[in-house]
Amino acid sequence: MSKTQVNMTVNGNAVSALAEPRTLLIHFLREEMNLTGAHIGCETSHCGACTVDLNGKSVKSCTVFVGQAQGAEITTIEGIAQEDGTLHPVQEAFREHHGLQCGFCTPGMITRAWRLLQENPKPTEEEIRYGISGNLCRCTGYQNIVTAIQAAAADLSIKEAAE
Amino acid sequence: MNAHTSADTERVEKLQGLGSSRRRVEDARFTQGKGNYVDDIKLPGMLFGDFVRSPYGHARIKSIDKKAALAVPGVVAVLTAEDLKPLNLHYMPTLAGDVQAVLADEKVLFQNQEVAFVVAENRYVAADAVDLVEVEYDELPALVDAFRAMDGNAPLLRDDIKDKKEGAHGPRRHHNHIFHWEEGDEASVNRALADAEVTVEELISYQRVHPCPLETCGCVASMDKVNGKLTLWGTFQAPHAVRTVASLITNIPEHNIRIVSPDIGGGFGNKVGVYPGYICAAVASIVTGVPIKWVEDRIENLTATAFARDYHMTGRLAAKRDGTITGLHCHVLADHGAFDACADPTKFPAGFFNICTGSYDIPVAYVGVDGVYTNKAPGGVAYRCSFRVTEAAYLIERMIDVLARKLDMDPAELRLKNLIRKEQFPYTSALGWEYDSGDYHTAMNKALEAVDYKTLRNEQARNRAAFDRGETRSLMGIGIAHFTEIVGAGPIKNCDILGLGMFDSCEIRIHPTGSATARLGTISQGQGHATTFAQILATEIGIPADDITLEEGDTDTAPYGLGTYGSRSTPVAGAATAMAGRKIRAKAQMIAAYLLEVHEGDLEWDVDRFQVKGNPEAHKTMKEIAFSAYNQAIPGLEPGLEAVSYYDPPNMTYPFGAYVCVVDIDVDTGVTDIRSFYALDDCGTRINPMIIEGQVHGGLTEALAIAMGQEISYDEIGNVQGGNLMDFFLPTAVETPFWQTDHTTTPSPHHPIGAKGVGESPNVGGVPAFSNAVNDAFAHKGLTHTQMPHDHWRVWKTAQRLGLTG
Amino acid sequence: MISAAFDYHRPGTLGEAIGLLTEHDGTAVVIAGGHSLIPMMKLRMATPEHLVDIQDIAELSGIAVSSDMIEIGATVTQSDLIASDELFSVCPILRETSLQTADPQIRNLGTIGGNVANGDPGNDMPAIMQLLDADYILQGTGGTRTVKARTFYEAAFFTAREEGEILTSIRIPTPPFGHGHSYQKQKRKVGDYATAAAGVILTRSAGTCTSASVALTNVADTPLWAEAAAKALLGSDLGAEAIGEAVDAARAITEPASDGRGPADYRTHVAGIMVQRAIQTAISRVA
Repeated sequence: MSKTQVNMTVNGNAVSALAEPRTLLIHFLREEMNLTGAHIGCETSHCGACTVDLNGKSVKSCTVFVGQAQGAEITTIEGIAQEDGTLHPVQEAFREHHGLQCGFCTPGMITRAWRLLQENPKPTEEEIRYGISGNLCRCTGYQNIVTAIQAAAADLSIKEAAE
Repeated sequence: MNAHTSADTERVEKLQGLGSSRRRVEDARFTQGKGNYVDDIKLPGMLFGDFVRSPYGHARIKSIDKKAALAVPGVVAVLTAEDLKPLNLHYMPTLAGDVQAVLADEKVLFQNQEVAFVVAENRYVAADAVDLVEVEYDELPALVDAFRAMDGNAPLLRDDIKDKKEGAHGPRRHHNHIFHWEEGDEASVNRALADAEVTVEELISYQRVHPCPLETCGCVASMDKVNGKLTLWGTFQAPHAVRTVASLITNIPEHNIRIVSPDIGGGFGNKVGVYPGYICAAVASIVTGVPIKWVEDRIENLTATAFARDYHMTGRLAAKRDGTITGLHCHVLADHGAFDACADPTKFPAGFFNICTGSYDIPVAYVGVDGVYTNKAPGGVAYRCSFRVTEAAYLIERMIDVLARKLDMDPAELRLKNLIRKEQFPYTSALGWEYDSGDYHTAMNKALEAVDYKTLRNEQARNRAAFDRGETRSLMGIGIAHFTEIVGAGPIKNCDILGLGMFDSCEIRIHPTGSATARLGTISQGQGHATTFAQILATEIGIPADDITLEEGDTDTAPYGLGTYGSRSTPVAGAATAMAGRKIRAKAQMIAAYLLEVHEGDLEWDVDRFQVKGNPEAHKTMKEIAFSAYNQAIPGLEPGLEAVSYYDPPNMTYPFGAYVCVVDIDVDTGVTDIRSFYALDDCGTRINPMIIEGQVHGGLTEALAIAMGQEISYDEIGNVQGGNLMDFFLPTAVETPFWQTDHTTTPSPHHPIGAKGVGESPNVGGVPAFSNAVNDAFAHKGLTHTQMPHDHWRVWKTAQRLGLTG
Repeated sequence: MISAAFDYHRPGTLGEAIGLLTEHDGTAVVIAGGHSLIPMMKLRMATPEHLVDIQDIAELSGIAVSSDMIEIGATVTQSDLIASDELFSVCPILRETSLQTADPQIRNLGTIGGNVANGDPGNDMPAIMQLLDADYILQGTGGTRTVKARTFYEAAFFTAREEGEILTSIRIPTPPFGHGHSYQKQKRKVGDYATAAAGVILTRSAGTCTSASVALTNVADTPLWAEAAAKALLGSDLGAEAIGEAVDAARAITEPASDGRGPADYRTHVAGIMVQRAIQTAISRVA
């Protein structure tokens, strides 16, 4: 059960490392790549704190073996802001609308919301609630998260119209 | 005060002080994945610890064979109770005056109890080795029903204390008895019950639940053998108390122990206790000399670290026919699990349960509580409430509804009749608490008006008639709660934990260029202390909140304090912050007087400066004063501008609120739809309305989860049920309704800024509001009480018992 | 919550995959999305020594729709299923069911093949496949064979699939144009398995039910095709009496476990309510 070479693109950077096949993607990202933004909250794919983007789709990285992500393009919370440090409108909106408290679910929640708004740029409140239903939050009661995502959607649509 | 000009307003706004919905300073790191939680910590050479746990609820350990585990490459050690005994660390003190096995000593007393601790080079190897530790057990009969705990033939659970007739809280009358505690005048209550025109009695159980913060518990222990210093990073809601306890049990002097609480991913009471993982990690680091990380997984969290509630409360109310309540009697059977690891102030083995007269003017009351051992996980922490207060609020708020049914009176009207009146404050309750302030009728009436209560009741009457005609299978329920919290433990004269007085602290350093650093004895777990405490200071010392850095959680730098739980941070540490700020201002006034060449008494404070009375042009801002404090020789004054305050509150604070919940129950499935929820909170002075509302949203969502689904239960042989996130109900955004928030403001008269604390109120008031709504839906069919959680099947069973399921 | 060690294989063709399963007979397991398997492995309730990842096998992907047949490749994810408008236009119950399964992230990886093949009675798609009378195409060293969804499930996690076989695709007879459909699922929260769930499709002509099928999820250790319930509807006017008979017939075949979702009698009761609502909703959707 030796280690195998794992290659993938993480936040735009090609990475290569040796890992046991049973290594979970979340452990690979957190411990080999030192990307500790995504968290482990349950290990049974219920909480979504480990959400990252894999080939353009939100996934729970606690339920992906690193081998399954061979060759994949991964985006984590650390890759969502612009390179110059400018926050993405979703990140801004979470702060502006108090969409976070302890911060533990936040990286997964924002990574999910970021993808959701690409899948559905003008979601209704119900679509937002279903869209983030794979991410648990114990602090906010979701109300301000929903507000933040609505605000981010509005902001993004203004920005898009301006372009 | 001077009349405010627009320039004044601008200066006030620039401070972002009290009352400002200031955006949180914590969010920059959290929104970018740059938080620093315990599992993010990575130290050179760090090893990982993992537990071998008991598959049985009650069993004798015949043997433990470590050989196969130790043979796994990368395994460094396997610790058992035998290894800890020479260090006298196989048991540890609990916060409740009991002891708890760190690693099972000859017996296991609950499923998933810690039996051995494997240390290995990484978590994967540790997990492999855990599988290979062979433990032989002899299964014993398990005790899971608290009501059978003190039967004559009940199995003996605690061999280690079987001969102890005296526990930490007085005599034990059975080998599974922990304590009996009582308050109040039972004889008077019995008379009131005997003389009453109307009495009601109900057994109201509050099921075993779990705080389940999204981040589980964990730590990194690092023993620096060269300098003799032990550092422990961990999920600690009370880092200073952990340091003291760690020193007492390891004999390492307190100055050589550093406890750091990094960012904490929610606590809700779960992270108050001291857990075997912390001790094992520390011991392993002391033995190996390298850092050891232990982080539990979710199943371990739900099944082995502190639960909440498990209170079986028998309430009795005496009343006049007009609804005037004349007495309350309550007996509680408290299931504490295998060890008494409740987190309560030492003198209060049932916490502040004697706040159970609630918001009502009840002339006589009595409470008796018996704690018992069972083969379940230890705990009994306050899950987002002050110590046992949500239990108390649930009891009284349910009992009021039960009485209303009996009297055929509207539950709102019965509440209004018995609420303590504004002019009665400060009010001393029959069970001895002095309620500092309140305006209950205003809150209740505002709530009833906001939801248009009369219209709701009319609609309900129509709904019931339609149901009886067979036109609908949905029943509408309206739940009301008027709760009173008791938070801010607490006055040292009656509140300590293991002898540590429950004061809190703040230390402020004003820097020469006019910014500041403040350190507190508390620790945020999401409440936003770095934001709000800076706001308190901004108003007190006139430095913009953005120029004040707030630090907590590192015992090497922060002043001693008892931590964050029981909504005590704002009432106690917030008060310390204001008081320290006032010390700064007092010195600043002396400096300003010197600089302006006037007498101190000729100066007045205005937002961010001292100005000469009647001549506001002559002034010195705090920024200017700070610079002078460090750079100018001022006769009779030491240089510098620093202050520290240790605040021992004169009383608790008593936040309150009025909640109204409307539900629609599908009688055919038992599915309950939360149609609306209105929450009016009065937490005194509001520091940051945005954060207060966020706290209320979160607390209500936790209350929803508890009332409508959460339960950790055990089968008859002690197998824990519901210990994962498929079964343990954490609502998603879909199950969570919209929360309508509101407030009144009744400042605390004894708190320096009048604040009372809010984080836990919505849990305390929310649970009875949901439960009352479900019960109310069936009230016209004769239901007085049905037990929580009100999950689908239990609600349907209730309907079935009432003959409604056809 | 750490899986035991294993070797990982990612073959590019079906032949290679079957070869690996044969080579590691009894110790190799197929992984697609992994959202049933990986949690079992993390609990060490499953400890395969070899994982054969089929994600790269092109012939296992894709959705093909014709007037008489729908073919769905094993590695089509729940999200793919939801996204396919073509599929929705001919067989909308698939999207309706997927949307009630798990959550968005899990649907992005969870595949239709995994959902139907692993025999978990909590999964939603097996009952739908029985409802639609789907065929499962299984391929092994012995060649290809077809098993009806209605006979595939033997007990919880036991199916007609032999070790060494891979479920490659699902063939569904295209339901009649204008049929009514509904999948009614009661659950405690998003992400939960059903307390009880029922799927119904039916057609009606001149007020009479001309075809019907009913199936149930998570009220026995296998999915249940409720043949008698469908019979009660067929030829009826789909009125209250026929619906009542169908409900009774469906309840009669349930054997639910008692668990956190409720005691057995409750879950049987709910199964009936789900059938009733599914029929009523399906009727309302008949063209």
